[in-house]
Amino acid sequence: MTATPAADQATVPTRAQVRDPAEVRRRTRLGVVLGLLAVLLAYFALAIHTAHVHYILVQVPSANTPVHTIASKPTLWVCAALVLCIGVAGAAGWLPKGWRSMLAMGVAGVAFALGFLIWAYSDQPSGAFEAKMVNPLPGTLAIATPLILGALAGCLCERAAVINVAIEAQFIMGAFFASMVGSMTASTSVGLLGGVAAGVGVAALLAVFAIKYQVNQVVLGVVLVLLATGLTGFLLDQIPSTEHATNLLNNPPILSPIAIPGLSDIPLVGQSLFDQTVLVYLMYVSVAFVSFLLFETRWGLRVRAVGEHPTAADTVGIKVNRMRWQSVLLGGVFAGLGGAYFTVGSTGAFDRGVTGGNGFIALAALIMGRWHPVGATVASLFFGFMWNLQNQLSFTQKIPSDLLGMTPYIATIIAVAGFVGRVRPPAADGEPYVKG
Amino acid sequence: MADDANAPAEPARDRWSIGDVEQWLPTVKVTIASIVLALVIGALLIIVSTPSVISSMSYFTSYPWDAFRNAGHAVGSSYWALLTGSVGSWTAITNTLSQAAPLICAGLGVTLAFRAGLFNIGAQGQLIIGAAFAGFVGFHTQLPGVSHLVAAILAGLLGGALWGGIAGFLKARTGAHEVIVTIMLNYTAMLLLSWLLSLKPFEQKNVANRISPLVDNNAAFPHVFGLHFGVLLAFVAAYGVWWLLNRTTLGFSMRAVGANADAARTAGMSVSMSYTMAMVIAGLLAGLAGVEQVLGDHVQLSTAFGGTVGFDAITVSLLGRATPLGTVLAGLLFGALSAGGTQMQATAGTSVSLTQILSALIVLFVAAPVLVKTIFRMKAVGDEGAVLAKGWNS
Repeated sequence: MTATPAADQATVPTRAQVRDPAEVRRRTRLGVVLGLLAVLLAYFALAIHTAHVHYILVQVPSANTPVHTIASKPTLWVCAALVLCIGVAGAAGWLPKGWRSMLAMGVAGVAFALGFLIWAYSDQPSGAFEAKMVNPLPGTLAIATPLILGALAGCLCERAAVINVAIEAQFIMGAFFASMVGSMTASTSVGLLGGVAAGVGVAALLAVFAIKYQVNQVVLGVVLVLLATGLTGFLLDQIPSTEHATNLLNNPPILSPIAIPGLSDIPLVGQSLFDQTVLVYLMYVSVAFVSFLLFETRWGLRVRAVGEHPTAADTVGIKVNRMRWQSVLLGGVFAGLGGAYFTVGSTGAFDRGVTGGNGFIALAALIMGRWHPVGATVASLFFGFMWNLQNQLSFTQKIPSDLLGMTPYIATIIAVAGFVGRVRPPAADGEPYVKG
Repeated sequence: MADDANAPAEPARDRWSIGDVEQWLPTVKVTIASIVLALVIGALLIIVSTPSVISSMSYFTSYPWDAFRNAGHAVGSSYWALLTGSVGSWTAITNTLSQAAPLICAGLGVTLAFRAGLFNIGAQGQLIIGAAFAGFVGFHTQLPGVSHLVAAILAGLLGGALWGGIAGFLKARTGAHEVIVTIMLNYTAMLLLSWLLSLKPFEQKNVANRISPLVDNNAAFPHVFGLHFGVLLAFVAAYGVWWLLNRTTLGFSMRAVGANADAARTAGMSVSMSYTMAMVIAGLLAGLAGVEQVLGDHVQLSTAFGGTVGFDAITVSLLGRATPLGTVLAGLLFGALSAGGTQMQATAGTSVSLTQILSALIVLFVAAPVLVKTIFRMKAVGDEGAVLAKGWNS
């Protein structure tokens, strides 16, 4: 309590007068973390020797890609000052929770990332091939696309209270069948449909065992991943290794980028965002679609009701298990598309381990994003950014790329451990509903 | 804590009695039925993917016997190879046992965590860190005689326990869900090992790729009849887990917390203590699995170390219904599938992935007893197959 002895007992103290301990903790944390980051940036500024760092605005340079330079030390000092200012503002309480705080955090994050990159790319051994800073957007987006689609599938399932650890299984089957159907029909779009069908197929298995047979859903997810791994591996081994058979069954055409006229000419971001494959555009639409569906429609309200309090939902006449079936199956569509990314959407032929555990990362992104489509998208982009960084920085050898690669995982642990605030799943998540 | 005189005593039981037949017989029946069902589906997969069967289908209506004969031959030769490859000879049996030992150890870790109400997906990471610790002591230090082996084993156990302990501690202190934390710790462990392998002490001389040297002979498990001593440790560990769960205060409170955390807290047990200890010991057991691979099977540390043992351990524990004895039996079955699968691929040409399908199906059916009973028209008996893991909200 602030000291206001003259205040009338009857007047309600305003929010500014009451010191909410949680708010105080949030401010302290904000100030300390950002202060430390600013100190780190200042250290970077003092530690480097090169005056300029080169960067290009695309990911894969061609002969005539313009190379730009950025003054390293001044930029680092500006970044450090910016992060420090935001930290001070946060500690002083000028950044209440809400969009302003989000925006400030975003700015601080970009400033730190830029400073870190300048440090990582400076002082490269002379004479050797010089790695240039590249535009992180295309790589980030490419890695994040399947994660976002998978997280959307998880979101639809878990908002209806069916835990989906089987996103990885949906990815594996989606990737395999997208490749197979795409090869057989020599068409990418039919391949995508094959992926979707496989994703929905796994979703149907998940729904049968979770809703009808009430199998523990985390266990079920793990088993489905094993089943998908085994089944695709078995089927892959059945494809004869002759060229004819491989071409017929596992050599799909690959989606090519389509530039959207106008939008793709926007400087800096246009080419990264709007000269992409149709799968990426589908991802944009899916995020908006799922957000709208869950939060603006009657169907979404029912799904969420079923996920939070199925008994209450049942009492007002909502068919609990039917809603869950619909939501899980719809989720399968997105997860199947996400799986198709790994074959038709990127490298073509299916192979064992092509999905690389991305389904589990999508699950982590869902939880980090607090079971919200937009939050999950932001979390997926974070994962994509870090991995892209790991790939890029493996050229400079300034920091071991393995250690850098751990960052997203450790960040997830920090998030679920509640150091950045509690994450609360849908109340009935994982509980089968038996009409009683 | 273990010698607390006021600890709630369990009813005295004969240690070796077979227990209440009424209680375990249905479970055994469902398990066997699940295995049969999985084998039937596996057989169908073999049949539809065998070219000779498919070609004889074209004249099925006029002369169906060819299709049946070819199908029978394909299934028969595959499953026969699976059987002989796992128990057909002494070599096969030692193969099965040495494949089973790490599965049993890591599976016991998952089992113990299950009993405390935790779903430990992190056996893989715990195993990797345990192996890295044990390997480091094994090839980087020089100790006289058997002390080197003991030091390497202890280091491995410590590594696993540390890695498991992180998840347990975070669960106890902050409520961070162990499924997510352990999945993330798995990836972290893989990258950590990959980084360690790029450092000097883990480097093998004159080898460019990231592979560690072999452990010192002093630090390796001694071999008897083609079996290494670590296999015995797996069975000792299983007895240890049974003893811990059924004969100690700590085990009792773990089970109580696993059954109902709120009730256990009300009864004065420390829930956070149970969570932390369960994960520490679970990690220790998974670490033992890593120790067996490095010191027993002479696997070199590499970026692909561990294979899928840590994940298979989950299926082993689920099939074993989270009991120590069940885990041992399931571990032996999966070890046999693994050893026999290689033989099946070699002699019958059936993809080794079939064993993955079989194990997934077996566990799936075991987890859905209602389905199995409907198919086999068995009598429904109340609650069973309950493995103590809950949703995110537990």
